[in-house]
Amino acid sequence: MYQWDFAPVAANWPLLAQGLLNTLKVTGVALVVGLALGLLFALMRLSRHRGLSWPAGFVIEVFRTTPPLVQLFWFFFALPLIAGIAMTPYIAACVTFSIQSAAFFAEVFRGGIQSIERGQWEAARAIGMTEAQAMKRIVLPQAVKRMIPAFMERAIELMKTTTLVATISYADLLFAANEISQKTFRPLETFTVAALMYFVVITAFSLLARRFERRLAISGEATVH
Amino acid sequence: MTLLSLRGITKRFDGKPVLAGIDLDVARGERIAILGASGSGKSTLLRCVNFLELPDEGSVALDGETVGRRERELTRVRQRIGMVFQQFNLFPHMTALDNVMEGLVTVRRVAKAAARERAERELARVGLADKAAAYPAHLSGGQKQRVAIARAVAMDPELLLFDEPTSALDPELVGEVLGVIRALADEGRTMLLVTHELGFAYHVATRVIFLAEGRIHESGAPDEVLKAPRRERTQAFLRRHKEFSL
Repeated sequence: MYQWDFAPVAANWPLLAQGLLNTLKVTGVALVVGLALGLLFALMRLSRHRGLSWPAGFVIEVFRTTPPLVQLFWFFFALPLIAGIAMTPYIAACVTFSIQSAAFFAEVFRGGIQSIERGQWEAARAIGMTEAQAMKRIVLPQAVKRMIPAFMERAIELMKTTTLVATISYADLLFAANEISQKTFRPLETFTVAALMYFVVITAFSLLARRFERRLAISGEATVH
Repeated sequence: MTLLSLRGITKRFDGKPVLAGIDLDVARGERIAILGASGSGKSTLLRCVNFLELPDEGSVALDGETVGRRERELTRVRQRIGMVFQQFNLFPHMTALDNVMEGLVTVRRVAKAAARERAERELARVGLADKAAAYPAHLSGGQKQRVAIARAVAMDPELLLFDEPTSALDPELVGEVLGVIRALADEGRTMLLVTHELGFAYHVATRVIFLAEGRIHESGAPDEVLKAPRRERTQAFLRRHKEFSL
């Protein structure tokens, strides 16, 4: 029988806490920047002007169809060689996951915007709104409401994907766990605790998000899909 | 005085002609009921007036000024024309009051307080002062359509377009909406009304036009077109509609 012993892990809790904080930092930046950039990409892709829609489509497709690990390596290892742009692991992680989430969020935004009935556009145009006003005041607010479940799903996925940053020596939660397990020879306990930490944070996040969603649903129509 | 002037309006969908050259002059204060079988182009004609559909050929002139095709011009013209849709198309994420205020605040740049006051007046006028804080999801079809009418009227349109405003309503809710439209008619507003309510058209319209195959097939006073139509297709259409009425 295996003898569980969590004491060595507990002794190293500051390392784990710092790791969790670093994970949250990268996830948070990637979410915020990804949402803003994702909306921009979506609007560009929906534009009638090919000079806007084509580049946006290209970036979105490239980042959706290549493995995140390759993207991360590319920003961290290739960019300094090719362009002379050197980044710290933290910056490289933020840049990679921001653009990568933006690509995913862009598709979520696009799907949400296109799910709004034509009648909403027509009613907005009929009272004399410009296309931009109709988008901002009428279509986007409704679309965003419908997109919340997809956003949540993506945010959770993102937090788990950020574990890849350990490969470029960014001290996230997984990196810290790895260090501790090598130091203490207690990999089972360390990774169990790390998994629990992910579980707690992500569960708390989705509970919060669900509550937020319910509150939004009270005002008028509920989120669909 | 002519407010709206359509010349040679044609519209094709997938190569199929829906409007085949419509000429129509609408004087201020006129109320024109547009009748026709489904597929005759009634709604398309209405939607060409405020450019929700761009006509393939022909011109639309408002107050003697031909409307160009630049986005800015279309937006400006739409601000002078109100439209009421069959499916209401209220903004579901806004209360009834916010629906009515929206155009005033966003398009007309009216100050919030003044817009609110105006919107409350418009809601009261359609009998829905007590529903100001309600979201569309909690309104009946008739109430939704009355909010939609208030939303259109709040913009002080010179011309009102009604696209089958009662066709999506349960029969017992039709009356309250027609009552509101009737009141607007009594104020002398200019309107184009696509409808299947022949009785209402008869009492409210100053002129009736009958569309068939994308053309104005017959046009005249309600008494002529609805009581003594000259052309065969109009007669057949009216016979079909009256078949089950008492």
